[in-house]
Amino acid sequence: MSEPVTTITSPIRLDYEITAGAGASRFLRELVAGRIVGQRCPVCGKVYVPPRGSCPVDGVATDEEVELAHTGTVTTFCVVNLEFSPLAPEVPYVCAQVLLDGADIALFALVAEVPAAEVRMGMRVEVVFAPPEERTYSITSIKWFRPTDEPDADYDSYKEYL
Amino acid sequence: MRDVAIVGFAQSSSPAERERNEVEMVMPVVQGAVAASGIASDEIGFTCSGSNDYLVGGPFSFVSALDAVGAWPPIRESHVEMDAAWALYEAWVQLQKGAVDSALVYGFGKTSTTDLAKLFTIQLDPYYVAPLWPDAHTMAALQARAYLDATGRNERDLAAVAACSRSAAAENPDAVVDRPVSADDVLAEPFVAPPLHPSECAPITDGAAAIVLAAGDLARSVCERPAWIRGIDHRIDAHGLGVRALDRATSAALAAEAVGVGTGPVDVAELHASYAHEELLLRDALGLREDTTVNPSGGALGANPVMATGLIRIGEAASRVIDGSAQRVVAHAAQGPCLQQNLVCVMEGA
Repeated sequence: MSEPVTTITSPIRLDYEITAGAGASRFLRELVAGRIVGQRCPVCGKVYVPPRGSCPVDGVATDEEVELAHTGTVTTFCVVNLEFSPLAPEVPYVCAQVLLDGADIALFALVAEVPAAEVRMGMRVEVVFAPPEERTYSITSIKWFRPTDEPDADYDSYKEYL
Repeated sequence: MRDVAIVGFAQSSSPAERERNEVEMVMPVVQGAVAASGIASDEIGFTCSGSNDYLVGGPFSFVSALDAVGAWPPIRESHVEMDAAWALYEAWVQLQKGAVDSALVYGFGKTSTTDLAKLFTIQLDPYYVAPLWPDAHTMAALQARAYLDATGRNERDLAAVAACSRSAAAENPDAVVDRPVSADDVLAEPFVAPPLHPSECAPITDGAAAIVLAAGDLARSVCERPAWIRGIDHRIDAHGLGVRALDRATSAALAAEAVGVGTGPVDVAELHASYAHEELLLRDALGLREDTTVNPSGGALGANPVMATGLIRIGEAASRVIDGSAQRVVAHAAQGPCLQQNLVCVMEGA
């Protein structure tokens, strides 16, 4: 009896050129210019950032662009203690959901320039952009958020966004 | 059987879709079809879509596409990893069950994101065929050659189909082909894969389409002349290209017989022919007579937003009934290599 063939290798590779879409393209272009823009739903009034061009609740186009503040509130966060990617910052570091003032959805971002153990829910933070020459059409144009000296936000002000 | 009709249709295929994401592409056609139907969007009883993750290049793309519908409060919804013509079939079955009276169906495809002809390779048998990477054009060319050899037709017959479709498409604002060509122009083109020339292959297209179905009295109340579905059926040939006759479309003929295409005159037929020879095979399989107008929209050779192309055939054919220019029409949709899967739908006016 000859050995059974148990495995074949059949490589598959397809290359894609993905477009961000009209809404997200606006967001990415403005990031390079040091601005953060979202879009407001004409039906429910919620402001989405990054915008996807539509409101998933109402199924309508979100044509109205809204420039957002560079400050916001940490709604929830996670301290990362495991090294799992050479691209990630040195551990420990903090990933957080940051609700920008005026937005209705939190952004996923790093929180830095503060010891990890001091990051907390309700902490007020402000955006730190990458230097202009390092910015690209990518969310990495936001380097991270850092604490402001403001008192913590009241839980009621962000509890709907957890 | 419950009377079910098409009461709303919208489509969009254009180079401008390139810059939009799937949701931005789908939303206007969903709103267009719902507005055309006269049924309020929150009264639609069932929603079903057809799309393919390999076109989007990401998983669960049909879930994010739901953003275009506004699925809150939660809706009854389903999806097929098939052309949306099969989503329409599922919606028709739901309407037959009687729990809902209306349904929204949509499909979308951005084919400009990757090498489409190559992408179709991965639907093949993964052991003996896919590793050889025959692309879609090559497989179609095999079938075209088999058809020409079996019927005695020639390359000029294929070129004539392309010239006819592309000239019709040039008159259709919803098609991406905007220039007519002559059969001589087509024959002068270098081969894509012999015997096929570029104009005999469907163009790369980004686009979407949506249809609203309604049953019985609801259809009559919202639409002056609904396109009543008198028969809809789909059949499948063997997956392996080597185990079926490529010179005919056997499953298309079975589906056509099941819905009674030949039991009356057909004013207009919209056939999902992604290659010129497919139109000829399908005319034979469906038993269409010379007096039937085939693909007045330009068909898939005019615009081919894959996963919506078949649904557009149904919408285009239905539109001829709704506008009163036709009484009995046939729409066809296809999936799989070399017309493997075929859906045929007969629609009539009052």
